[in-house]
Amino acid sequence: MASNTPSMFKSSLMKWVDERLPLTPTIKAHLTEYYTPKNFNFWYYFGSLALLVLVLQIVTGIFLTMNYKPDAATAFGSVEYIMRDVDYGWLIRYMHSTGASMFFVVVYLHMCRGLLYGSYRKPRELIWIFGCLIYLTLMGEAFFGYLLPWGQMSFWGAQVIVNLFAAVPFIGPELAVWIRGDFAVGDATLNRFFAFHVIALPLVLLGLVAAHIVALHEVGSNNPDGIEIKKNKDPKTGVPLDGIPFHPYFTVKDIVGVVVFLMIFSAIVFFMPEMGGYFLEHNNFVPADPLKTPDHIAPVWYFTPYYSILRAVPPIFGSQFPGVAAMGLAVMIFFALPWLDRGAVKSIRYRGNHWKTFFAIFIVCFVILGYLGVKPTSVWGQFGDWSSILDTKDRATWVARLCTVGYFAFFFLMPWYTKVDKTKPEPTRVTWGDAAPSRAHSAHAAAE
Amino acid sequence: MSEPVNESRRRMAIATAVVPGAITGAAVVAPFVATLAPSERAKAAGAPVEVDLSTIKPGEKLNVEWRGKVVWVMKRTPEQIASLEKIPASQLSDAESKKSKQPSYVNAKTRSITPDLVVMEGVCTHLGCAPTAKLTPGELGNDWLGGFYCPCHGSKFDVAGRVYTGSPAPTNLAIPDHKIDGTKLVIGITPDGKEA
Repeated sequence: MASNTPSMFKSSLMKWVDERLPLTPTIKAHLTEYYTPKNFNFWYYFGSLALLVLVLQIVTGIFLTMNYKPDAATAFGSVEYIMRDVDYGWLIRYMHSTGASMFFVVVYLHMCRGLLYGSYRKPRELIWIFGCLIYLTLMGEAFFGYLLPWGQMSFWGAQVIVNLFAAVPFIGPELAVWIRGDFAVGDATLNRFFAFHVIALPLVLLGLVAAHIVALHEVGSNNPDGIEIKKNKDPKTGVPLDGIPFHPYFTVKDIVGVVVFLMIFSAIVFFMPEMGGYFLEHNNFVPADPLKTPDHIAPVWYFTPYYSILRAVPPIFGSQFPGVAAMGLAVMIFFALPWLDRGAVKSIRYRGNHWKTFFAIFIVCFVILGYLGVKPTSVWGQFGDWSSILDTKDRATWVARLCTVGYFAFFFLMPWYTKVDKTKPEPTRVTWGDAAPSRAHSAHAAAE
Repeated sequence: MSEPVNESRRRMAIATAVVPGAITGAAVVAPFVATLAPSERAKAAGAPVEVDLSTIKPGEKLNVEWRGKVVWVMKRTPEQIASLEKIPASQLSDAESKKSKQPSYVNAKTRSITPDLVVMEGVCTHLGCAPTAKLTPGELGNDWLGGFYCPCHGSKFDVAGRVYTGSPAPTNLAIPDHKIDGTKLVIGITPDGKEA
């Protein structure tokens, strides 16, 4: 057995384990012989970073529960106790609160990568669906967790979101009472949100992340060219010609990403943990008061695009349900993406102008909606007297309506514009560096 | 040697295992779902609340907590009562309170048992925020007659809790069951003594 196999795998201990547990085959399948496209770029850092933040959240979360009290009478005080009296409690708590926001930063960039390079397309539909489920679970996790400090924003945010369910026709009011466990947000609500936040959803999250990764490793990673590296294999070894083992090549690359990420993360934790009120809202340093709503309620930044959509849709037939439905649809529509996209190519590098235009509109709308969601509807002033024909004079509401249309246009018109789009020919092998084909190829060449 | 598989017998066996299994499963889920509903203690805390009216003066508003919600008890001034007449029905989403939560024994226009004393939930019908009192005429623009304004999404209400058109709130502020007995107000009970 004179081979190049690392001695670790030949050790008798490893042999003993392998006869009882497929450890070596698992390491090979997922790390040392998982062949990853060699043209990964900047956008491919965010998957591993999401995993890192998940671990950070779990570890800091465990330590927070050791001093936190899920009781309406003592919750706010116990958080302040962690911040002031527990040694390094402030660090753990700021890591957890910063981690929550950074989780969404990383996940939004990770999802954006999927859109840019068509990572949701066949045969990766299930990976995408698991990803969407992770995103949904993460939203639930963030929402439940936000109630726990029992500040004014915690309380009124939960009040508003739970009341969204009250808008569901027929069963709404009973449903809202059932979710709260009381007729108003109170101790019962806090206690169950704690249970969901620390046990139920983390378990779901871990299961989904496992499914996401196993499904990914089954079909193999996409890449910035959006072509399948498994189509060009070495005839002798069966290894994709454009693939390199995940370990050590991409583990090392990802460590570089981790170092840069932790620099940014630490800078926030140590120098601006509240992020000017975006990561930790100022009003949340006031204990919850069920009798007084703060003057301005806004969700944390990562929910604001959807909150804007909710606000933009006017009540129809005296019901606010259409707004709630539009907000729900704005999130759920991501699930349908693999079947809405009929483009001949996957990657933005070979897409035509139709897709690029709609994608740009989508990103701009998403950002504007996100901005408007943290501001009152009067932020951009009002239209003049002539506007009595409009149902609201707020300029920002109309901009939000326009952006809501832009947001949905990206999805609903996708079957059309991806089909008629003039795409460029895909290369047969992956490209990178200066040879980026979007520049190398003739810009006018059409695929079909 | 082996006997031929009896397909229909096998289907029958599977059905007899699966159907009762599913029913049992649902029966096991039911108590878990039920634990999430308000407990007996939470329901008991929803008992009627008594308010002393002997000290409230015209123009004053009391905040009373009932079932974890704020209930406003407001004695309106004659000017405020008169302002209700000045608002054209076209500016109100539900001028007659047909879609709104309101007991049948209150006056449809003033939304109260007696013209001055109004009892309503200080909970915006949009998404449950607490509207703030903007009772001074002109406070929200020249044509503002006084009323309530929800800081969350900008819903506007008059002094009877009727919602203006163009507000995200679909219906008027809810009027809880209440009973007036001299200077004693009981919230959560109808005038003939039935619990809400």
